[in-house]
Amino acid sequence: MTAILDIQGLGKNFGGVQAVHQLSFSVEEHEILGLIGPNGAGKSTLFNLINGVFKPDRGRVILRGVDVTAEAPHRMARRGMARTHQIVQPLTGMTVLDNCTVGACFGRENLPLLAAREAAHEAATFVGLGDRLERPASALTIAGKKRLELARALSSQPTLLLLDEVLAGLNPTEVDHMIDVIRRIRTRGVTIIMIEHLMQAIMSLSNRIVVLNSGQKLAEGTPQEVANNPAVIEAYLGDPKLAEELHRGRRHG
Amino acid sequence: MRVMNQLSAHARFLVQLVRRPFFWIIGLVTAAFVVAPIIGNNVELREGLLIACIYIILASNLNLMVGYAGYVNFGSIVFFGLGGYICVYLMSAAEWPLAAATLAAGLCVFALAYLFGFGILRLRGPFFALATIGINEAVAAFVINFPPWGGSSGLYLSPELFRQVGGPMQALWVIYFIIVAIMALSLYLSFAIKNSKFGLGLLAIGQNEDAAAVLGVPTARYKALAYSVSAILPAIAGGLYFFKSAYIQPPDAFDLNLSLEAMAVMMLGGQGTVTGPILAGYFYEELRGWLLTSDTFSHFQLVVAGALLLVIVLFLPGGFMGWIHDRWPRLRKVLE
Amino acid sequence: MLGIVASIIDGILVGSVYGLAAMGLTLIWGVMDVVNLTHGALIVAGMFALFLLAHALGLPAYGALPIVLVGGFVVGVLLYWVSVHRMIGRPPLMSLLSTFAVNLVLIGLGTDVWGTDLFNVPVALPGVSFGRYTFPGTHILAAVLTAVIAGGMYLFLYGTRLGKAIRAVANNRDAAELVGIPTTRVLSMAFGLGAALAAVSGTLIGTLFPFTVLSGDAYQLKSFVVTVLGGLGNPTGALLGGIVLGLIEGLATPFMPVSWTLVIEFAIFVAVLIAFPRGLLVFRR
Repeated sequence: MTAILDIQGLGKNFGGVQAVHQLSFSVEEHEILGLIGPNGAGKSTLFNLINGVFKPDRGRVILRGVDVTAEAPHRMARRGMARTHQIVQPLTGMTVLDNCTVGACFGRENLPLLAAREAAHEAATFVGLGDRLERPASALTIAGKKRLELARALSSQPTLLLLDEVLAGLNPTEVDHMIDVIRRIRTRGVTIIMIEHLMQAIMSLSNRIVVLNSGQKLAEGTPQEVANNPAVIEAYLGDPKLAEELHRGRRHG
Repeated sequence: MRVMNQLSAHARFLVQLVRRPFFWIIGLVTAAFVVAPIIGNNVELREGLLIACIYIILASNLNLMVGYAGYVNFGSIVFFGLGGYICVYLMSAAEWPLAAATLAAGLCVFALAYLFGFGILRLRGPFFALATIGINEAVAAFVINFPPWGGSSGLYLSPELFRQVGGPMQALWVIYFIIVAIMALSLYLSFAIKNSKFGLGLLAIGQNEDAAAVLGVPTARYKALAYSVSAILPAIAGGLYFFKSAYIQPPDAFDLNLSLEAMAVMMLGGQGTVTGPILAGYFYEELRGWLLTSDTFSHFQLVVAGALLLVIVLFLPGGFMGWIHDRWPRLRKVLE
Repeated sequence: MLGIVASIIDGILVGSVYGLAAMGLTLIWGVMDVVNLTHGALIVAGMFALFLLAHALGLPAYGALPIVLVGGFVVGVLLYWVSVHRMIGRPPLMSLLSTFAVNLVLIGLGTDVWGTDLFNVPVALPGVSFGRYTFPGTHILAAVLTAVIAGGMYLFLYGTRLGKAIRAVANNRDAAELVGIPTTRVLSMAFGLGAALAAVSGTLIGTLFPFTVLSGDAYQLKSFVVTVLGGLGNPTGALLGGIVLGLIEGLATPFMPVSWTLVIEFAIFVAVLIAFPRGLLVFRR
């Protein structure tokens, strides 16, 4: 298994705050890599750096052996990288199907409109929105919008999918459904990096986990290794709720 | 081989458009514009419809930037004026025939808009809007200080040039029909783009530009393309309009008020629609005509345009078509 | 050499008034994220208020200021309810268009009444002379009054309850609502304040230069250039930016025809924005 993504020494400073510092890790093809850490650890910033929204001050991003550091976001989409956002960004004036069609049109395969619409239809149905294709995106519930965010990313036919807290704000039934969808996405051969706070989910889904704290890599390893790592536990002790989650994750992972 | 595939894909796209009823509705409207003034040789109707055509052309093309991509172009008149100047200059100084001069005007303005587009379109929202006004003023100031183009006195066209189109009387008819054709082209262009991948990208940009970029839409290139494509037909229309007037000067060519009226017409008809400009263009021309004859106040039409715009934005943001689509949802697919 | 210094000083004096105008614009922008395209019409209103009050009522020119301040505030609040209130939270295009539409209506009405004639309100004030160079008394007094009004605004924003409420709403509207601030009323007052500043700056400009109904556009563009130079939502930046603009104008105008001044300012506007899409001095809210 080759590394699909290689992060080397990434650094980013925002007006005096070092959001990300000397960050290095790699992601193997077809694996699910979990990205966890206390709030403000720099996880979403990391996604923005990988996907071209921010330009790193230092370091490199290597995708399948090609240096793609600081390439524009739309180019990254062409290279097969798709992402969802922590705060969902639906194209509110358009229907669910149209939202996904945009992803399909401008994604990795750069499909023409009609073919894109079919790919979009397929992706939306896969995620569970098949009954709501013609509804305006603004009319969806929060769970629906989260599914749309995922469906849209999937429509781009990505080989690498960055998921930013797709489970946040969902009730247990919806969480189970999403976990199932994520597993099925991986079965299709897509590599996934997930940021998540729901410890049970990420412990059971991930092959490996990277822990971030204050913009730096704190630990890396299998879920079991990470959950038993004293430094990780200490970092989370600053946040009792998360520590509790971690503990629960240890017992389940 | 790839070129052949692309050509056949485009051909299939066009064929698919022709099968839509709306394609024929545009054709009917065009036919109406052509036939109506011919009946009874109605010169007054022709002149009125000519003005309506100009509004429809300006509003339709403005829609590409504002209605689809969400970028407010207050200074769109600069395309019209610049096209007019290029055409008139080429005809008078370089003795080009009308067809070549208007096409050259369209092409030049397209190229300039594409080049400048990349720079200006990095500006967002109100900054872009104000920058477009600034561009109009800057070009006007340039022309005023540019002797080969007549400076502030403007350029005259010798009446001899009308012989190209069969003499002064016939010229008015010929130009009218050509402008109707340009109007039809504007409508078909708007329709085609709206149903194309390019149009989908523009609509995505208009909804949420950053999300669109992450989804892979090449935002910079698409915006510049929309900006420059929206310039071509107004430029050609400008060339024709000022050829007909046989005289062009900066205050007429770069009249910001016309830009604003075009914006009002576009919003009144319904931004993002193809039919909107038709309805609103005609309506506004009638309204304006009535105002001009019933009031001696020269700028009252601007007050009306402003008031209309305000009412639309406050109470009927979807314009005529928005109301029609709400009332008869099934027309949404037929009357775009 | 002395000539250049004189131009610089004069530019700073006049520029401060531009800064005052821009403060009105940037305040509204910073508090409610609305670009007030009626700004130009308000400036013109201030100019014509000066004319009417000075000629019709025989008021001394500067006596018009308090009246314009109050009147501008009232008009601003009215404008808020007419064209801005329903646009809050809607796409920015909407508020751009609504305020722009009001501007069209007002300027249209203005040209109906006053046409495009040039108006002038001559103010007799002794100037201050240094050798060959005289600084017009009007310029000096305008700068002084600007300082007074700006100072008053700072006292208001930082010293009064309403001022603090405005700053709170600018910072985080939802949080302000939660602590019991009537945010809608506060927004309307903030808009009124911004409008008052625009109108009053128009009155001051009226004492400096002749004007027409259409002058508003030029000063509105200047306000935008200043706002961009000084940073969105930053009143201090606006004042400084105005002075910088005045400086640039003072240095450039001896060397080129007047019709190019606006083009230069527009070029600066676009150039600064392309290089710094959020303005030069970014104000972190």
